[in-house]
Amino acid sequence: MIKGTVKIASEICKGCELCIVACPQDSLQLSREINLRGYRYAELKDDNCTGCINCALVCPDSAITVYRMPKKSK
Amino acid sequence: MEENVLEGLECVYVKPDTLTDKYQHYCPGCGHGVVHKVLMEVIEELGIQDKTIGVAPVGCSVFAYNYMNVDMQEAAHGRASAVATGVKRVLPDKYVYSYQGDGDLAAIGTGETIHTVNRGENILMIFINNGIYGMTGGQMAPTSLPGQVTSTTPYGRDPKKIGYPLKITDLLANLPGAYYVTRQAVHTPNAVRKLKKAIKNSFEYQLLDRGTCFIEVVSNCPSGWKMTPVDTIKYLEEEMLPQYPLGDLKVPQNN
Repeated sequence: MIKGTVKIASEICKGCELCIVACPQDSLQLSREINLRGYRYAELKDDNCTGCINCALVCPDSAITVYRMPKKSK
Repeated sequence: MEENVLEGLECVYVKPDTLTDKYQHYCPGCGHGVVHKVLMEVIEELGIQDKTIGVAPVGCSVFAYNYMNVDMQEAAHGRASAVATGVKRVLPDKYVYSYQGDGDLAAIGTGETIHTVNRGENILMIFINNGIYGMTGGQMAPTSLPGQVTSTTPYGRDPKKIGYPLKITDLLANLPGAYYVTRQAVHTPNAVRKLKKAIKNSFEYQLLDRGTCFIEVVSNCPSGWKMTPVDTIKYLEEEMLPQYPLGDLKVPQNN
């Protein structure tokens, strides 16, 4: 079940891989394609993102937006 | 709205509006971008965008005014803290911060830095320490580590000849004018969270008018250190942090 997901602005990403290292779920990877500026950009590899925002916190270019399933009210 | 793009999911993290959409000129993996982002997040959360004035330095972050969507003033090399002093004295109801690198704050501007803190100016000084002169091509900085290879110390920095790393944050913590002095980093998500808290506290302390808040951020420089961004994280942890241990060096006393 998906608990969260990320959207990465591929034109802003410079492919520094810091988000890939920071991801506890190992769900990010570098793309095969390059963006307009010639960088390989980060993209979602597996669908196991939990929306922990670790990747977005360490992203120097603020390219990552994180979405998460809202917590169920008890 | 962007928040409703994905069905059933709520947006939990988005780039702050106080950061402009301009493409940042920093190298891939540079810590400057993280500090810019965290600083702007705090300003957005506190709702002080129209009451904040920043002072940009000379160095890699010389174009900080292009990215930070608050009122900014560029200062001469090393003099950002002196300019911030003037701004704060003329407009005491504004939140004023200076943003400087190690070549700016700890080399050419050491005098201004020490005297600003010694006078206890009611400003926030943010000091990005990556142990190298990034903009000019990776020369040795006063904060370079012993044995660190830079373009001006190709055999490693020899403390016998060119001295030891200047721990200016430790120096400043001893001055009575300093109110809050801390050393943070940007290499892990938790470090970034702590940095954000430190910046937030510092802006809140400015209302109290007790003295200077000083935040050192131990950062990386992939181009200057000639490493991949992922390797710089390792180097920062293994080499930089023993020399520059993280934590609060001076915490406000309750009185």
